[in-house]
Amino acid sequence: MHNDQDRFKLFTRRASILAGGQLALVSALVGRLYYLQVLQEDRYRMLADENRISLRLLPPPRGRILDREGVPLAVNSRNYRVLLVAEQSPSLARTLDALGRIIPIGEHDRRRIEREVRRKRPFVPVTVAENLGWEQVAQIEVNAPDLPGISIDVGQSRFYPYYEEAAHVIGYVAAVAEEELTGDPVLELPGFRIGKSGIEREYDGAMRGKAGTTQLEVNALGRVIRELKRQDGQPGDDVELTLDIDLQRAVSRRLGNDSAAAVVMDVRSGEVLAMSSTPSFDPNSFNQGISSTEWRALSTNMKAPLINKPVSGQYAPGSTFKMIVALAGLEAGLVAPDDRFYCRGWMDMGNARFHCWKRHGHGWMDMHEGIKQSCDVYFYELAKKVGIARIGAMSRRFGLGGTVGIDLPGEQAGLIPTREWKMARVGTPWQRGETVVAAIGQGYILTTPLQLAVMSARLATGRAVTPRLTRRLIGPDGDTRLPETPEFPPLGLSEPALAVVRDAMDAVTNHSRGTAYRSRIAEPEFAMAGKTGTAQVRRITRAERLTGVRKNEDLEWRQRDHALFVAFAPVKTPRYAAAVVVEHGGSGSTTAAPIVRDILLEAQRLDPGGRRRLAGGADGRGEGG
Amino acid sequence: MASILGNNRRYERPLSEKIWHLGWALIFLVAVISAVGFAMLYSAANGSIHPWAVNQMIRFGVGLSVMVTLAMVDIRTWMRWSYPIYGVMLFMLAGVELYGEIGMGAQRWIDLGVVRLQPSELMKIAMVLALARYFHGLQVEDVGRLSWLVPPALIVLTPAFLVLRQPDLGTAGMLMLAGAAMFFIAGVRAWLFVVIGVAGLAAIPVGWQMLREYQRQRVLTFLNPETDPLGSGYHILQSKIALGSGGMFGKGFLQGTQSHLNFLPERQTDFIFTMLAEEFGLVGGVALIAMYTLVIAYGVAIGLWSRNHFGRLLAMGVTTTIFLYVFINIAMVTGLIPVVGVPLPLISYGGTAMLTIMIGLGLMMSVLVHRDTFIGRRGPSEDD
Repeated sequence: MHNDQDRFKLFTRRASILAGGQLALVSALVGRLYYLQVLQEDRYRMLADENRISLRLLPPPRGRILDREGVPLAVNSRNYRVLLVAEQSPSLARTLDALGRIIPIGEHDRRRIEREVRRKRPFVPVTVAENLGWEQVAQIEVNAPDLPGISIDVGQSRFYPYYEEAAHVIGYVAAVAEEELTGDPVLELPGFRIGKSGIEREYDGAMRGKAGTTQLEVNALGRVIRELKRQDGQPGDDVELTLDIDLQRAVSRRLGNDSAAAVVMDVRSGEVLAMSSTPSFDPNSFNQGISSTEWRALSTNMKAPLINKPVSGQYAPGSTFKMIVALAGLEAGLVAPDDRFYCRGWMDMGNARFHCWKRHGHGWMDMHEGIKQSCDVYFYELAKKVGIARIGAMSRRFGLGGTVGIDLPGEQAGLIPTREWKMARVGTPWQRGETVVAAIGQGYILTTPLQLAVMSARLATGRAVTPRLTRRLIGPDGDTRLPETPEFPPLGLSEPALAVVRDAMDAVTNHSRGTAYRSRIAEPEFAMAGKTGTAQVRRITRAERLTGVRKNEDLEWRQRDHALFVAFAPVKTPRYAAAVVVEHGGSGSTTAAPIVRDILLEAQRLDPGGRRRLAGGADGRGEGG
Repeated sequence: MASILGNNRRYERPLSEKIWHLGWALIFLVAVISAVGFAMLYSAANGSIHPWAVNQMIRFGVGLSVMVTLAMVDIRTWMRWSYPIYGVMLFMLAGVELYGEIGMGAQRWIDLGVVRLQPSELMKIAMVLALARYFHGLQVEDVGRLSWLVPPALIVLTPAFLVLRQPDLGTAGMLMLAGAAMFFIAGVRAWLFVVIGVAGLAAIPVGWQMLREYQRQRVLTFLNPETDPLGSGYHILQSKIALGSGGMFGKGFLQGTQSHLNFLPERQTDFIFTMLAEEFGLVGGVALIAMYTLVIAYGVAIGLWSRNHFGRLLAMGVTTTIFLYVFINIAMVTGLIPVVGVPLPLISYGGTAMLTIMIGLGLMMSVLVHRDTFIGRRGPSEDD
C-alpha cells in the first residue's frame, strides 16, 4: 500500500504538471485568438473585404453629337448580344441547335463558342452573337424556355446615322490604344471606345462622362453573389454642333467622289454650317474594328479619304488670293482703284517673263476689271508696288498664315511667306519674282479651305470673323456650357476699299465678262459674289509655252490644276460664305464655281441661321433627337 | 482501510447506482459542445441541416449511447481487455496498409461494408488503454529502468510508424504526444524527456526525408504562408483572414462572409473553428475553448478521484488525447502550427472522430463510475 501511496503522489504531481502545461497551451490559444481577432482585426477585415468585394466600373454613356437643330449625328445604339451561361444549359449542343434555328450560327462560331465554354468557368457568360436585330431578339425571348442558359444582354455601341456624310467633322471612336492610357481606369475596360478624330476626339473628355462603380460580392470562385453598393456614373455631355445636317448632306453629295473640300459659314456668327471632305469613309466601321483590307484601302487611296481636307489640306489659293493683294495696295495708299496697268499677256522682270492666264492679254486693267477678269499681269504690277511684307500683313488680317482656331484636331496653319521665313527656311534671300508669283496666290503660299472660307466671311463683313463648330455642350442635367456668339471686332479696313473688292467679286459672278458668270445665281435675292482660283501644281516650261500649254484634260490626274472658288451671298446683305477646293479639278471657273453656286443656293434656301431665329430662341428644337 | 479496499475488490455496484454516478455535468457539457457543432454545420451548409448537421446529430445520438454503455462496463473488464483491444486495432491499422482505400490522398479508411472505419483514430484510445494497463503493473522503481520502458515505447511507436506511413502526420504526432504524456504521468524520469527531446530535434533532418512532398510543402508554407497565398499557403491565410475579420463579437450566425463565400476551405471539418470564430468572434471562440477546458479539467479531476492506478492513467490519457485534438486543431487554424488535418472534437463533421471521442469519454466515465474499485498491481485477472 505504501507503494501505491507513492505512486499516487507521483501521479498527482505529474498530472498537475501536465494539466498546468495544458492550461498554459490553452491560454496561448486564447492569446492567439486575441491577437488575430482584436489586435489584427482591422488588417484582416480589410483583407476579407478585398477577398470578397470586387469593384467594377460602370462605363458611362457617351454624350451624343447633335447638329444645330438637335438632330443626332452620333448616338449610342443598343447592341443586343446573345450570351450563353454554360452551367444553366443541360446540353450545350441542343441549346445551340435550337438557337441556330433563330439566328445563323456557323460552324466556325460554334467551334469558338465550344472552345470558350471549355476555357471559362461554367458561370461566366460567353458571347454567342452580337448586333442582333430587334426581331431576332424578340424571337429569342419568346423561345426562352427552349433555350436554357441563353440570355440577351444590351450593350452600347456608337452609331453614326449619317454614315460618311459628316464623317470628318464628327470623327469616329475606336478601342483605346496602349499609349492613350492616362490612368483613368475606365479606359482599361474591355470594349471601351474613345474618340480618335474629329469632334469625337476634340470633345472626348466632355462626352466621356464619369464612370460609376459597383461593388460586387464575389465568392472564392469569382461568382457574383450580390451587389453591395452602386454608384452611378455621370453620362457624358452632348455636343451640339453648328452644322446643319441637311446642308451638310447636300454639300457632301454635291462634291461627289471628287477629292475635294468645302466649307460653308455663317458670316455673322462664324458658325460652320457645313464642312465636307470627299471622298469620305464610314465612321461606323471603326467602331467595330476595321478590317485590315478596308484600312489599307482607305489609307493608300490617292484621294486621301481619311484626311479632313477643309482643315488639314493645304493648297495654293491661286487667284482667290488677289483680293488680299488688292486690299494691301489700297490700304497702303499705293494704288487707287482707278489706277490702270496694261496687260499684254505677260510681264517681263529681269530675265524672267511672267505670264497671264490669258495668252493675248487683257489690255488696260483697273482694279475692278483685274479682279473680275482675274488678270494676272494687273496683280504682278500691283505686287511690285506693294511688296511681300504688306501682302503678308493683309493676309494675316484675313486669317491666312496661321490656324484660325477651329475646334477640330489636325488644323493646319497654311503658309504666308516673309523675307525672314525664306531666309530661315530656304536659306536664300527673297526674290522680287517671288513677290510677283505670290500676287496670284502661287509660290510658297498655302491656305486651307477653312481659311479661305474665313477670308470670304471677313471680306463680306469687314470683321474678324472666327469659325466654330460647336454651339454648346449640354450636360446630363440640361445645363449648357460654351459662350454664345461672340462679337467680332472690325478688321479696321476702310469701307470704300472693301466696297471696291466686293463690287469686283460681285462682277466676277454677275457681270457677263466675269470669270464665273456662267456659275452665277440667277435669283437676285440669292445672288452671290465670288472669286475663282486655279492653282498650278506643276511648272510650265518655256518649251511648253512655245508649243502650247497642255490642257488639263490631257494631263494625268495628279498633274492637273487645283480648282478653287470662294464666295459669299447674298451680295448686298451677306449671310453665308463658302470656299471650295477641288483637288486637280481643272479650272476654278468650270469646276469649283458651279459647286459653290449650288451649295450657297442650298444654304440660302435652307437658311439654317434664319430658321433658328424663327424657331424662337437659342435652344433650337429636338433636344431629344 | 485495507479491509474496505479488500471488500471493494469483489463489490460490483448495481446499474442504477452506476447511472446515478455518471458525470452528468460532463454529459451536459458534451451535449452543449455537440450542439454548437450542429449549429456550425447548419451554418456551413448555408443554413441547412443537410447534408451535415442531421448526420452529425444521428452520430451524436449513437455516440452518446456508446459512451453511456461503455461507462457501465466495469473498469476491471476494460483492464482485462486492454491488450486484446490494442492488438485488434494494431491489426486493423496494419490492414489499412494492405487493403485500405485511397481517400484524401492518404490511406486512412478500412471499409467494413456498413461503416468506413479509421483505425488510426480508434488507435488513439486503444494505445491509451494499453499504456495504462502496462504502467498500472509497473512498480515506481521499475519505471525508472530503461529496459522496462521498451515495451510501452513499442506500444506507442508501432502504430505511430504505421500511421506515419499512411501518411498522416497529425495522428502520428498525436499518438506520440499522447504516449509521451502517458510516460510522463506514469513517472518516467524527467531527464529522459530532455534526452528524447534533444534526440528528436536531431532527428528532424531524417524525418524530413521521410515526409511526402505535400507534407513538406505544408510545413514550408506554414513557416512562411504569405509567399504563396494562392497555392499551399491559401488555407492558412484564408483561415487567418476569416478569423481576424470576425473581430471581438463576430459577424453573426450565418453571416460569416469568408466561410460562406467558399474562401475558407474544409469549413465543415478541420476549419470549422475558423467559421465559428468568424461568426461569433473572439467571445464565441473563447467560450468554446472554455467549455473544452472544463471537459479537460473534469477529466483531470476524474483521474485524481480514481483509486486505481489504471483508472488514473486511463482518465489522464483520454483527457490528454482530447486536449491534443483541441489544441492541435485550433493552433492549426490560427496558424500556430502547420496544417496537419486534426479535427475539432465533437464539432468537426466526421463519424470516426465523433465515435473516438465518445468512446474515450465513455472510458473516462467508466473510470468515474468505478473510481472506488481497487485493482491490484498485477491486474484484475489474479482475483477472478
